[in-house]
Order: sequence, then structure tokens, then C-alpha cells
Amino acid sequence: MISEWVVSILLLFGGTFILIGSIGLIKLPDFFMRLHGPTKATTLGMASMLIAAMVYFVNSGHGLSVREILITIFLLITAPISGYMLIKSAIHHKLKAKEGTKGLDNVEDD
Amino acid sequence: MRLQARFRWLPTPFRSLFLFMVWLLLNNSVSVGHLVLATIFAIFIPLLSFSLREPQPLILRPGLALKQLLIVLYDIIVANLQVALLILGPSKNLRPAFIKVPIDLTHDMPITILASSVSLTPGTVSAEVYPIAESLPEGEEPTQRYLLIHVLDLKDEEALIKQIKQRYEAPLKEIFQC
Repeated sequence: MISEWVVSILLLFGGTFILIGSIGLIKLPDFFMRLHGPTKATTLGMASMLIAAMVYFVNSGHGLSVREILITIFLLITAPISGYMLIKSAIHHKLKAKEGTKGLDNVEDD
Repeated sequence: MRLQARFRWLPTPFRSLFLFMVWLLLNNSVSVGHLVLATIFAIFIPLLSFSLREPQPLILRPGLALKQLLIVLYDIIVANLQVALLILGPSKNLRPAFIKVPIDLTHDMPITILASSVSLTPGTVSAEVYPIAESLPEGEEPTQRYLLIHVLDLKDEEALIKQIKQRYEAPLKEIFQC
């Protein structure tokens, strides 16, 4: 019973974060700001969904499965890297940042 | 900072430990067969791949590394709540900015870890490390490196730079002793 609550809460929590990350993708005005959604919110959302899956399978008699922890670790390692590649290519293509973005002169050409 | 491990046959002790754990987690078992196989992988994969990589500083303070990992995990959760609020709020109130953070770390591995923790935490995504390595003459070391980061909502540049340096860079310098 308690585990059902835990699973539901984790699923809702994760789902909400993935939803918010995706809303950010549509709503924010420029590419650089949109990147903040997927690099953060989605990672945490996926992590809590995977933990929910782990708790569920432990309690439904399938035995302890720890692969979800691995998926979480790999997500945490790779999400910043893909964010980095995206923002690097955005700078290379000289994408326009939202008007009023401060410190644009800090960006050097490459 | 130390680049050379204590034992020649174990050039990267923590990567070996990581490989060992990953193999056991992948197979979801701790049977004797998998323990033996994991040990073999943990010893031979670093040996084979070590000569392909540039030597990186070793973790000299594992306890501190674990503590820093927990701090970053905690920050990820807090940062997510903050970013969620920022995304849901009116987007014209956001003050995006690029800022340059001077960094004292010198090797690729610590810089990558720093950039990744910055990307995963409070409203910042790391974009670039200046000066770009390819633009320098061959074999020359830059005097001062900068990390270019994009901030979703900049309140106080000085405070943010200070926070990044204290909360993420200082422990890394301790861990790698560089």
C-alpha cells in the first residue's frame, strides 16, 4: 500500500517535471533559454520515473532490479554533454539570442 | 595533483571500481561468475584504453568526492524546482545572460566535471571553455581559462561567479589536489 503511494508520487513528480521541461521548450523565447528545460527538468523527471519503476518491480515480486540506477547514472553523465554540444553548435551558427541578453560580448567567435 | 597511479597495473583505480559496479548492475547479479568477470573487465579495460587517453589527475580525496556528489545531487533537485518556477512564470521577466567565469582548474577531466555540474544546476548551462584549445599554438598552455555559461535568469553576476567557484570548483580542486 505504501509502495503504491511512493510509486504514484514519484511518477507524478517525474511526469510533472518532464511536462514542465517540454513547456519550456515551446514557451521560452530563444534557443539558449530553451536549452535549460531539457538539460535539467527532463533529467530529474526521468530519474524519478526510473526510481518509481524500480520500487514497483521490487514490490510486484519480480525481485530487485538495479538497472534503473545505471540508466539514471548514464543520463546524469550524458545530459550535460549533449547540452554542451547543442549550445556550442548554436554559438558556431551565430543563432540570435533574445534581445536584452546581457554579456553577448563575452561570446567569442570560433 | 598526481597523474600516475600507485600501481602500474591499475592506472585508473576509480574507473576500475566504476566498471566493476557497472558490470554487476548491468547483469543484476552478484554470483561468483559475474564477480570474476567484473574483476577481469575492471583490470583489463583500463589497461587497454589507458594508453589511448591523455593522463588525467587522479581522485586523491574519495570521501570528499562522495560528499561533492551528494551536494550536486541535492542541488540538481533544488535547481529543478527553481527552473520549473522560472519556466512557468512570465518569460518576459527573465534576464538571460552570458557570463564568463575564470577557472583555475587545468586538466580536461576536472573541467568537464565542473562544466557538467554547472549545466545540471541552478539555471545555468555551460557553453564553452576559453581559450579554445585548437586556437592556441601547438603545445602552449593558456595562462587563464574561462568557462562561458548561459544563465536563464541573472540576478547578481558577482554572487553567481562566487557561488560557482566556492560550491563546485573549490571541492574539485581539493579532490584532485590541483
